[in-house]
Amino acid sequence: MNSPNFSTNGASRRTIEVVRQSLKRRYRAERRFRRYGICAVTLSLIFLALLFANMILNGYTALSQTYIRLDVFYDATVLHRDALASADYGRLVKQALSDLFPDVQGRREKRDLFRLVSSGASFELRDRILAHPERIGERESVWVLADDDVDMLVKGHIPRDLPESDRRISDRQLQWLDRLAAEGRIEKRFNRVFLTHGDSREPETAGVWGAVMGSFLTLVVTLVLSFPIGVAAAVYLEEFAPKNRWTDLIEININNLAAVPSIVFGLLGLAVFLNFFGLPRSAPVVGGLVLALMTLPVIIIAGRSALKSVPSSIREAALGVGASKMQVVIHHVLPLALPGMLTGTIIGMARALGETAPLLMIGMVAFIVEIPTGFTDPATALPVQIYLWADSPERAFVERTSAAVIVLLAFLIVMNAAAVILRRRFERRW
Amino acid sequence: MSSIILIAVLLSLSSLGYYLGRRKAVAVAYGAPKKVTMHSRPVYYGALTALWCGLPAVLVFGFWLAFEGSIITRMVVADLPAKYRDLPEARINLLVNDIKNQVEGNIVSVKEDPDILRAARHYRRLQSVSRAALSVAVLSLAVGGILLVWSKIRPSLRARNQVETAVRYILIACSTIAILTTIGIVLSVLYESIRFFKAVPVTDFLFGLEWSPQTAIRKDQVGSSGAFGAIPVLLGTALISAIAMAVAVPVGLMSAIYLSEYASSRLRAVAKPLIEILAGIPTVVYGFFAALTVAPFIRGVGESLGLDVSSESALAAGLVMGIMIIPFVSSLSDDFINAVPQSLRDGSYSLGATKSETIKQVLLPAALPGIVGGVLLAVSRAIGETMIVVMAAGLAANLTVNPLKAVTTVTVQIVTLLVGDQEFDSPKTLAAFALGLLLFVVTLILNIIALRVVQKYREQYE
Repeated sequence: MNSPNFSTNGASRRTIEVVRQSLKRRYRAERRFRRYGICAVTLSLIFLALLFANMILNGYTALSQTYIRLDVFYDATVLHRDALASADYGRLVKQALSDLFPDVQGRREKRDLFRLVSSGASFELRDRILAHPERIGERESVWVLADDDVDMLVKGHIPRDLPESDRRISDRQLQWLDRLAAEGRIEKRFNRVFLTHGDSREPETAGVWGAVMGSFLTLVVTLVLSFPIGVAAAVYLEEFAPKNRWTDLIEININNLAAVPSIVFGLLGLAVFLNFFGLPRSAPVVGGLVLALMTLPVIIIAGRSALKSVPSSIREAALGVGASKMQVVIHHVLPLALPGMLTGTIIGMARALGETAPLLMIGMVAFIVEIPTGFTDPATALPVQIYLWADSPERAFVERTSAAVIVLLAFLIVMNAAAVILRRRFERRW
Repeated sequence: MSSIILIAVLLSLSSLGYYLGRRKAVAVAYGAPKKVTMHSRPVYYGALTALWCGLPAVLVFGFWLAFEGSIITRMVVADLPAKYRDLPEARINLLVNDIKNQVEGNIVSVKEDPDILRAARHYRRLQSVSRAALSVAVLSLAVGGILLVWSKIRPSLRARNQVETAVRYILIACSTIAILTTIGIVLSVLYESIRFFKAVPVTDFLFGLEWSPQTAIRKDQVGSSGAFGAIPVLLGTALISAIAMAVAVPVGLMSAIYLSEYASSRLRAVAKPLIEILAGIPTVVYGFFAALTVAPFIRGVGESLGLDVSSESALAAGLVMGIMIIPFVSSLSDDFINAVPQSLRDGSYSLGATKSETIKQVLLPAALPGIVGGVLLAVSRAIGETMIVVMAAGLAANLTVNPLKAVTTVTVQIVTLLVGDQEFDSPKTLAAFALGLLLFVVTLILNIIALRVVQKYREQYE
């Protein structure tokens, strides 16, 4: 046992060398691996920041809108008292513009001049006159909507140094605008139109309110259908259902439905609700029905885990004092599980609010100007509106689309925050 | 009476029934010269009355609304003059549309056909008759239900048991809706697909190499061959999904590992919810982001490198879809990594392994089945994702695996084929349902495998 000692010593020294060598390598690998992890986390956070920054930077300019001050003369020869609603208000606008620039002659020049003001301006004048018919014959200084190209120029989205042929605003129009600006007739104001109007072909008169109402009506239908049904299904499966093939089948079904692509639900809506039952196209009822079927699995799964977290001692205590099974559930278990169920429902609703694809299938993608007021009125939803505007070629729609995205995200953040607060306040650890 | 008013009336009738039933129960209990014991508490007599008032009425109401439209339409069509009735189905559908437009007051057709006007009048009359009959039926059912139970309230009526049985059946009915939904999906997609496969053979659809769903309107039209070979579409879907997974799996997995094994609890508390926000952003926002920012950026980079990049490149759509899936992969992997018992880690450390070696050689192999299941779920989500590809990927079905070229996907084709006017007798529209069937089957298989794997894995460590 003595003689080999020497050689093992030598070997162990060598082993230490080897280990030392390899330790360096291994620590390097360790640091590298760690760095990969940091990179991955930062990368995801950068993506998130990029997305939000992109939307906010593109969208915040939609908060303001360029207006032009015109001195409008409410000409009694144009406005006949018996047909005020259908009078030619466009002529008043044109007259006011011509008065400002008396030296503009020729059809093409005049057309360029009139193009500075939005076609929505005449509707503004109409509303004013309909509200105050006594103003006919007077002269009034009115701020009217500028055209979207003018708006883009004022906001700096159309560079002035572009060659004229690449610019939507001609040199001539640029001069007129500079003169208007020098006279203090151009101003950027808060864009109320965007928050109060429905859709429009003209970016300056397009708003999200119609889409917001459409989304609201759709979600009301979704909530009214999916919450009670989801809670009932969760209660049955968790509290009453015997463990057999049938309930297994239901469970597998629910888990699968939660992962079925949303567009397939759209196909279901199209084939069953529209073609078979003949419900109206583009209506919030149908949208709500389809989204309800989609959110049901989410609510059922959340409801079941909420019910599971109620300790069985509560059930046993209630049974012990003579309550029936149904009384146990309705009087004791359900109230304790309700906050968890509500949280799941809010999260499901938030997901339904952001859903687009199934709504495209059932025709909620039409161009609709009127603001929907009922469940069977044709309507679009907020995400569909974003999709529609994103397809529009006008530069002004880019900022409006981004602004609509911000509105949508704001709603989602509020809903999710509500879910988090609900969970914090009512969550009980047993 | 409009539906909403009818529902409101029903609700108030039910409340009235509840109140009457309860009062009668109390009256019976205390009204007798000698106090009697009721079988159930008064609440249950009230609830029983309300149920008998509401349930049958609601059932009748639902069925009526569901079938009213198609029955009236059939009656109107049957009543049309003979020259219309013999038209092919598609023409009759158009005619019915005209009639319905006439009924609703939005006149689209310029010439007003007296026959259509007459049919519209007929339709409106039938509609009002049906509505009146519905109101009468529903209200009399409701009132009848109240009277029936009200007259039967006596101490021996086992109200609680009856109410509980009824509630139980309602619960069962609610839980079967999930199955009905699945059946509805399968039937609706299958039915139209079968009609499609009558026009286009299954083998042509599954193995054809050319996809151009524009069918010719005239026989001699050029360029509208109407080819329905799904391979290019499937390849495009696979390409975009592969790009998405190439982004999402490394980033998602590494962030999950870092956050659960290395990060301090403070960083974890901040970073985890932030990453999860990515999962809550609507896909239409990602689509807009891809089309507005990412695609032009990639195109610009590609051009500065001298590459020919399509403005609707698969890369842009895949990249953004990958970002969307990151939180999905990371939260699932996080669950599975946390589920690995601490003793395995401790064993590895005690053998002298570094943290990264423990992760790579112990944790990941142990968590692998779960992670694979999670990745499969993510793949199924990538395949079914619609809005990003609709907004950022192309329409042309190119048979290519070059990520810089434009490709199309199954979901894009479904949307383009079905948005807008549809005729349900042309293979073009029906092709969308065939694609939908394919999508449903593929995602279903992926989901089932993934759920199985995940479930097995969960049981392993519990």
